Amino acid sequence: MIKIRDIHKSFGENEVLKGISIDIKQGEVVCIIGPSGSGKSTILRCINGLESYDRGEILVDGHKVDRGTDNIHWIRTHVSMVFQRFNLFPHRTVLENVIEGPVYVKRESRQAAVSHARRLLDQVGLAHKESAYPAQLSGGQQQRVAIARALAMNPQAILFDEPTSALDPELVGDVLSVMRALAQAGMTMVVVTHEMGFAKEVADRVVFMDKGVVVEEGPARQVIETPQHERTREFLKRVSSPL
Amino acid sequence: MFNDIKEFTPILLQGAWVTIQITLAALLLSTALGLVWALMRTSGIRILALASKFFVNAIRGIPILVILFYVYFVLPDIGIQLSAFQAGMLGLGIAYSAYMAEVFRSGIEAVDPGQIEAAQSIGMRRWLIMRRVILPQAFKLTLPPYGNNLIMLLKDSSQTSAITVAELALQSKLIASSTFKNLTVFSMSAVGYLLLSIPLIMLVGHLERKFGKVK
Repeated sequence: MIKIRDIHKSFGENEVLKGISIDIKQGEVVCIIGPSGSGKSTILRCINGLESYDRGEILVDGHKVDRGTDNIHWIRTHVSMVFQRFNLFPHRTVLENVIEGPVYVKRESRQAAVSHARRLLDQVGLAHKESAYPAQLSGGQQQRVAIARALAMNPQAILFDEPTSALDPELVGDVLSVMRALAQAGMTMVVVTHEMGFAKEVADRVVFMDKGVVVEEGPARQVIETPQHERTREFLKRVSSPL
Repeated sequence: MFNDIKEFTPILLQGAWVTIQITLAALLLSTALGLVWALMRTSGIRILALASKFFVNAIRGIPILVILFYVYFVLPDIGIQLSAFQAGMLGLGIAYSAYMAEVFRSGIEAVDPGQIEAAQSIGMRRWLIMRRVILPQAFKLTLPPYGNNLIMLLKDSSQTSAITVAELALQSKLIASSTFKNLTVFSMSAVGYLLLSIPLIMLVGHLERKFGKVK
C-alpha cells in the first residue's frame, strides 16, 4: 500500500537518501533501524510529505506523494504520524487534541468525533485524562495521546518517528504495548526505532539503513538475529552492548 | 496653586479623554494592520513577504512626527480631507503597525515548528494551521511585548499635538502659554500620563508573569 521507489534527497551538498526503495503491504509492520544520520527519519517524513524528495516516487494507495499538489492533504488524512517529541497542541486539552483533525479537517460532527475520541483514549489507557492539558501529563502519556490523535483520523497507516526516544526508560513500555496492540489489530505501521526488542517481537519486517541506503531487509528475526551484512552486525552489536 | 489645579483639571481631563480615544483608535488600527503585515511576512508567498518587509522597514525608518505631518498636510493635496483626530489616528496607527507587525511576527516564528508538522500531519491546510495552531500559541507569546507597545503608543499619542489634536499634551501647552504656570501645568500633565500608563505597566507585568514562560 506504500511504495517507495528509488528516492534520492540531498540537503545542500549532503546526499542523505541515495536511492531508497521499500514496499509496505497492507497490515504490515515494518521497522526501520539504523545509526543516526542514516536517513531513516527522513524517508519516513517523505511518506507524508513533511519532507520533499528530489528524485524517485512514493505512492500511497496509488496516490503519488507530492508536496506541491493538493493531493498531499488527502495523503495526510490517510497516513497519520506520531512524532518523537509528541507535538501535542499545548493550548488544547487531551480530548481537543484528539478531535482536532476529525472536526476541523474531516468535518465530522463534534458529537461523533468526541465519542470516537473517548473510545480511543480508553484504548490507550487515558480515558480519565481527557480534560488534562498536555503539560500535565508524563511523556509516556503524551505519546499515547498522540497515538490516539493519529488513530482518530481512521488512517490506513501510521508512521512512527522514534516514538520512544524522548521518553524516560520506565515509560517506554506503556507506549510500546499500545503499539503492539495496534499491530496485532492489523494496523499498517512504519516505525523508525531503536527498540530492537520491539522490532524483533512485533515487526513483520526490518529494514536496516546506513548512510542513505538500505543495507539489508528481511523478516524481523532474521535481520536482527542473523544479519547478513557486516554493517548490520556492527550496528546491532553497538546497540545491544554500547560499552 | 490649589486654585490653579482646580481650574486646570477639567481642561486637562478633556485632553486626557482625547488621549485615551486616540490611543485606543490607533491601537485598533495598528493591531489590524500589524497583523496583516505579519501574516504577509510569514505567508511563505515571496512577493507578499517582500512587500511586507518593505512597508515595515520604511515605516520604522520614518519619524512618527513626519508621518503625522504627511497624513495631515499632504493627503488634503490629493483630495483626502481628514480632521486632526482622524489624521492623528491614521498616522499613529500606521506608524505603530510596523512595531506591532514585528511583535506578531516574532510570536508566530517562536511557535515550535513541531506544532506545524503535527498540524500538517493531520491534513490541516495553511490557513487552518495559522488559525487553530499558530495564532493561539503566538498570542500568549505576544501579549507582553504587545502591552509594551501599547504603553509607548499612549506616550507617543502626545506627538499628535503637533497636528493640533487637542489631547493632553496640547491642552497643557495651551494652558501654560496663556497662564505661564509652567510648573503646575506640566507637572499635572506628567502625572496624568503616569496615571494612564501605570495600570498598563502593571497589566504588562501581570501578563509577563502569566505568559512570559511558556512551557
